[in-house]
Amino acid sequence: MAMAALRREGRRLVPLVSSPRPINAIQSTLAPAEEQVGLGVRSISTQIVRNRMKSVKNIQKITKAMKMVAASKLRAIQVRAENSRGLWQPFTALLGDTPSVSVKKNVIVTISSDKGLCGGINSTSVKISRALHKINSGPDAECKYVVLGEKAKAQLIRDSKKHIELTMTELQKNFLNYTQVSVIADDILKNVEYDALRIVFNKFQSVVSFLPTTATVLSPEVVERESEAGGKIGSLDSYEIEGGETKSEVLQNLSEFQFSCVMFNGVLENACSEQGARMSAMDSSSRNAGDMLDRLTLTYNRTRQASITTELTEIISGASALEG
Amino acid sequence: MFRQVANRLLTRSTTTYSAATIRRPYSTEVATDAAAGDSDFVESWKKVVPNIDPPKTPIQYMKPRPPTPSTLPSKLTVNFVLPYASELSQTEVDMVIVPATTGQMGILPGHVPTIAELKPGLLSVHEGNDVKKYFISSGFAFVHSNSYADILAVEAVPLDQIDPAQVQKGLSEFTQKLSSASTELDKAEAQIGVDVHSALNSALTG
Repeated sequence: MAMAALRREGRRLVPLVSSPRPINAIQSTLAPAEEQVGLGVRSISTQIVRNRMKSVKNIQKITKAMKMVAASKLRAIQVRAENSRGLWQPFTALLGDTPSVSVKKNVIVTISSDKGLCGGINSTSVKISRALHKINSGPDAECKYVVLGEKAKAQLIRDSKKHIELTMTELQKNFLNYTQVSVIADDILKNVEYDALRIVFNKFQSVVSFLPTTATVLSPEVVERESEAGGKIGSLDSYEIEGGETKSEVLQNLSEFQFSCVMFNGVLENACSEQGARMSAMDSSSRNAGDMLDRLTLTYNRTRQASITTELTEIISGASALEG
Repeated sequence: MFRQVANRLLTRSTTTYSAATIRRPYSTEVATDAAAGDSDFVESWKKVVPNIDPPKTPIQYMKPRPPTPSTLPSKLTVNFVLPYASELSQTEVDMVIVPATTGQMGILPGHVPTIAELKPGLLSVHEGNDVKKYFISSGFAFVHSNSYADILAVEAVPLDQIDPAQVQKGLSEFTQKLSSASTELDKAEAQIGVDVHSALNSALTG
């Protein structure tokens, strides 16, 4: 009956545990331990349960520590991300937002994290990138990827290897600052031909909510084309251009500056979302470890008491056999 | 169980971040404006991938700008932003003077819509009798028809925080580098250094 109860509870545990692999591994090897009880091996099964309890407790400690670390990193980077939010707003106010623009050369810049254990944000970014790729590739339009971050690279390299132009990893090794991001942006602009750049990242709304977002930056030629065609950027012609030799030179600088600003904000927001997602993943993982520890404690006590009872009944039946 | 987790995290976030930042408003400006976003985009998204929600786009996170008023507004609304902070956000001022590449440009309410590229130089914000001066590295300035001015710069320093001795030293260093530069790249870098330092110099003195 103990076995059946545990198996039932084990099955209930499975949907709650999302990312941490070690806990699943422990749970699946628990069933064989129970079977060994049936074979009449008494003290060894309490030993096995005790080992399980020790490792689950260690996991709980580790995940709690990881959550604290993520919380402190989040505090630091959230301030910077919120300060950088003013940077892309003037561009959207000037040029509008045109995610539905159809151009020949699309480049999707996917921003993701390098480390794992951060919930589902990287998979979400990759899903959105793949969907954008599907929408924007057609008979006369091509679509390429530029991947920032190890996790998205691992996922995209599996099926879209030939579409990936450029990958960059280990962005957060040095403190994220505007200079670094503008160098990266410069790299991308030099090496990739584009008409429209679509940046995919997770925007940090709150500690428990991250919204996948895509920001579109157009090349200067497309901006001119769209402003002539009217529509959202239609009023661009009414603006006087000061500085530079020609209008196209200023528009070129504008487009490059816009790309680096939007990328800077995107990288910071994604880093924030990563820490927030890691915090909630580690929090649910330590909670699950606590639940599992409770269940294991019950099993342990039950097994221990059952073995004591068995010994007692043996002694008593032995004694009564001797007497009568 | 997840509701508890969410509640716990939310209460922690409100207490921890209550003393946080000036820029709090932006994190609550989400998903209220232009809520449907770009409808063409949403349409084409739903056709190809109906199962996944379409991603949000930047315009949904922005407060919409007011339209062009019919009468001349009395004040200029300035947003002066840097990558690390928004120095001035929706601040009403009388006049702003920006260092455009074609020279110092004054912006008053009712200025013609302009896109101006900026060079390193002095930015001054005039509010009544109050003048705030910053030295900015290059950037862009947009003036819109509704008397909104957006000034974007990569770096900005209030003038009183600049050390004149360092400026002189830097200027002489870069002039020397320029004269001894061999490759095009070195020459360009040294030229930029000279330009910035001489602009700093003239900003401090002028």
